[in-house]
Formats: sequence, C-alpha cells, structure tokens
Amino acid sequence: MSWVWFHKLGSPPHFYRIAGRWVRWLAWPAVLLGAYGLIGGLAIAPADYQQGEGYRIVYVHAPAAWLSLMIYTTMAVSAAVGLIWRMNVAHAVAASCATIGASFTVLALATGSLWGKPMWGTYWEWDPRLTSELLLLFLYLGYIGLRSAIEDIPRADRASAVLAIVGVVNVPIIHYSVVWWNSLHQVASVMKLDRPSMPTSMLLPLLSMFLAATLLFVALMLTRARGEVLRRERTARWIGEALQQESA
Amino acid sequence: MNWLAMGGYAQYVWPSYALTLIVIALNIWWARRSLARARQEAHRRIATQKERA
Amino acid sequence: MDITSPGRAAALLIRRDLRLAMRKGGEWLQPLLFFLVVTTLFPLALDPQLSRLRDIAPAALWVGALLSSLLALDLLFREDGADGTLEQLVLSGVPLAWLLLAKTAVHWLLTGLPLVLMAPLVSTALGAPYAAMPGMLAALLLGSVALSLVGAIGAGLMLNVRRGGALLALLVLPLATPVLIFGARATSMAIAQQAYDAPLYLLAAITVLAATLAPLAAAAAVRIGIE
Repeated sequence: MSWVWFHKLGSPPHFYRIAGRWVRWLAWPAVLLGAYGLIGGLAIAPADYQQGEGYRIVYVHAPAAWLSLMIYTTMAVSAAVGLIWRMNVAHAVAASCATIGASFTVLALATGSLWGKPMWGTYWEWDPRLTSELLLLFLYLGYIGLRSAIEDIPRADRASAVLAIVGVVNVPIIHYSVVWWNSLHQVASVMKLDRPSMPTSMLLPLLSMFLAATLLFVALMLTRARGEVLRRERTARWIGEALQQESA
Repeated sequence: MNWLAMGGYAQYVWPSYALTLIVIALNIWWARRSLARARQEAHRRIATQKERA
Repeated sequence: MDITSPGRAAALLIRRDLRLAMRKGGEWLQPLLFFLVVTTLFPLALDPQLSRLRDIAPAALWVGALLSSLLALDLLFREDGADGTLEQLVLSGVPLAWLLLAKTAVHWLLTGLPLVLMAPLVSTALGAPYAAMPGMLAALLLGSVALSLVGAIGAGLMLNVRRGGALLALLVLPLATPVLIFGARATSMAIAQQAYDAPLYLLAAITVLAATLAPLAAAAAVRIGIE
C-alpha cells in the first residue's frame, strides 16, 4: 500500500496545483450529469401515481439532503486527519466544507418544506428528516461560529476539528433519537417515495443528480481549499512561483 | 402547457428548482471569490516580505 | 518530582474544588435559582390550572434544566483558567481526561444534583402526580449528568475565546438534544403512569457513552484552548 500519494497530496504546493486541474475536470461532467438529471426529472420521467407532478421536487431535494450529510462527514474526516497528522491541507479541506454544507442544508430544508406543503398541508412538520436536518444546520452553524470566533488559524483549525469530530459522532445519535421521538407521534401522511421499486425512468435522473451534486461539491471544495491552503502557508517560497505560473 | 403547471403543483416545484439554481450559483461565486481574495492576500504578503528583505 | 496515581490526583482535585466552591458559595447557587425562575415562567406564560400544566411539566422541567446547565458551564473552567491552575493540570502528567472527569463530577454535584433534588417540588407545582416521582428523578439524574459531561466539551472549546456570548449555547444545545428527547419522554410517560423503561434505558446508554467519551473530547479541547 503506497502512502506516497497521501503525503504528496498533503504537500501544499502539490495540492494547490493538482486541485486547480481537478476542478476543471470535475466541473464539466457535473454540468452534463446535472443537465441530464434536470431534463430527465422534469420532463421525461412519468408522474407519480400518488403525488402527481409534485414529486419532482425530489430531484433537487434528495441530492441536497445527501450533500448536507456527506459534506459534514467529509468535514469531520478531513478535520480528524488534520488533527492527527497535523496536515494543513486537511484542515484547509475541512474549512472549505463548512459554508458549502450549510448552504445545501438550508436548501434541503427549504425544498423539503416546499414539498411538504402540498403533501402534508403545512410548510413545516416535525418529521424526523426535517428535524434532523435542522439540527444538522445548527451543527454547521456552530462549527462556522467557532471558527470565526478564534482569530489564530491553527488554533481555530484544531478547536473546530474537535467540534466536528464530536458532532459527527452525534449525528447518528441525534438522527436516531429524532426518528424514535417522531415514531411515537403518528405523522398524518408518510412520503411514499421510499418504495423499493422505482421505475428506471424515474431512478436514472435521480442517480445522475446525486452524482452531479457530488462532483459539484468536490469542485467547489477544491476551489476554496486552494485559497485556504494559501492562507495557511503564509509566505512560503512556493507561493510566489505558483502565483506567477498562474498569471503567466 | 400542463408541464409548466406541473399538474397544479407549479408553485412548489418551480420555486424549489429556482432556489437550487440560486444556491448553486451563490456557491460558485463564493468559492471563486474566496480563492481570488486568498490569492490577493498572498500576493501582498509576499510583496511586503520582499520589501523588508 | 512527585508522581501521583491518577486516582489520588482525581481525589485531591475533587477535595480542592469542593473546598473552593464552599468558600465561594453564592455563585454556585445561581444555576439552581435560575432553574426555579425559569420553571416558574411557564405557568405564568400559560394557563395556571394544574390539570393543564401537567402536560407541559416535562417540557418546563427539561428546558429549565438544559438552560440552567448551560449557564452553569461558565463556572466550570473560569477560575482555574484565569489563575493558571488549568495549565498546571494539563502539564501535570496525570491523564487530563481523568482530571476533567473529576472536575465535571464536582461541577455536577454542585449545579446538577440540586436541580434533581428540587425537581419533586417544582414538578408538584406544575401538577405532576406523586407517582411520577421515581421515573422523573431517575431521568433527571441521568440527564443532568449527561448534560454536565457534554457541556464540559463546549466549555473547553470556548476557553480563551473572546467573542463567546451565545456561541456556547449554539455548540452545546444540538449535542444535548437526544438527552432532552429521551429525558422529557421518560418524564411525560412517568406522569401519564405508563411504562417508561425504553426512554430511560436509552438515556442511560447516552449517559454512559458521555461518561466514557466526553472527558476525552473535553481534554483535547482544553489542550487546544490553553495555548
């Protein structure tokens, strides 16, 4: 097992260059997959027998919810890597995740709310998914708040890493307790979209959107991470050359 | 034009998609601005360091 | 250099903290007074009929306990952080998690336990039947311990952070939500005279988990905050 690539990636100048290249390679597939998902989900897929055309919100809501969770996990894992191996690059990645993740959590809540109104009759329901998402948003905001409250970047990196790790341990606990709590209070109607069999014409665009969302996140995160790496490396020698290479 | 009306759910479906596009656009803009700012700061730091040297 | 066993070090720390707290006295009563005031607000804001209050009694008790424990966190590291004792503890060579567990234990004894002891009085004032006491006390006992443990992590992260304010609440409250959910549920089931085993066991599991993991996280946070 070669750890060379791991340590190479952890080298700031190398990461800065590679990430720049990757963003370009990720952006275009993301656009194409997203376009297919949108067209497939909005136009080609048939209407749902229960929810009619209203179910189409799933094509943006489900990827947003997926991102909100996946990004938090990525944030916690890279924060842990940064803490254990003292890698600035890992801390930079963690810092880059926060705002992106929080914004998609808000999107998941908003689209979930818009989906809930026609299906449940109300814009807000304390159903397990929305409630867990709301708490996840608070976890993100706490992370962002702690980071901005500590001026010294290395200290902010380490403190927020501890918070992210504690948070990620809590996410399943919080989710389970909310599901348990909610199961006791029968919710009026249940979203029937977890049926095991979803026709392929519905499923394919959805999977495409999930993939597009993931690629989009990585591209966004790498873009931010490059800047975060610059901030942490201060006046290291490689920066001058790298910046000159770019403007050339 | 039933498609635009989304079978009566238009007021929920279209705002959802609009919000999604807005969030994506905001994220792209933010990320690029964050990188641009970091580059500018790095430039300045290196320039002042050269002056001191 | 005198190398003390972790057990002895913890015992010494507990005695020291207790003695210091006894001298200060007044300050350590504030969380309890806050709890009493907050729980009084609920009937004032609602219908004072005891039969109606019974329904919101679990909510009032647990929200009051949660907010009170948040307030009490200020007392955990403030003095020792200011006079350098905390640094000495970090440098002492004794496992920091163990020492922090001891500090949290004293903190709970002084700020959490009083709430549990006052709970029968408060819950009766909120219309809870006498039969609900055992379940309610068990839940509050476990829950208050868990809140102290989890709160210590937040307090550690906020060490030497100037613009604190509501940030501590934002950090701790999401982590405390499971405690609130299961604790309030056990209490309301006890009041309704239903079997409350399930939420109580889950609450106990959370408390045990917190007792084992939280001091480690708090130690990591304190080390980072001390620099």
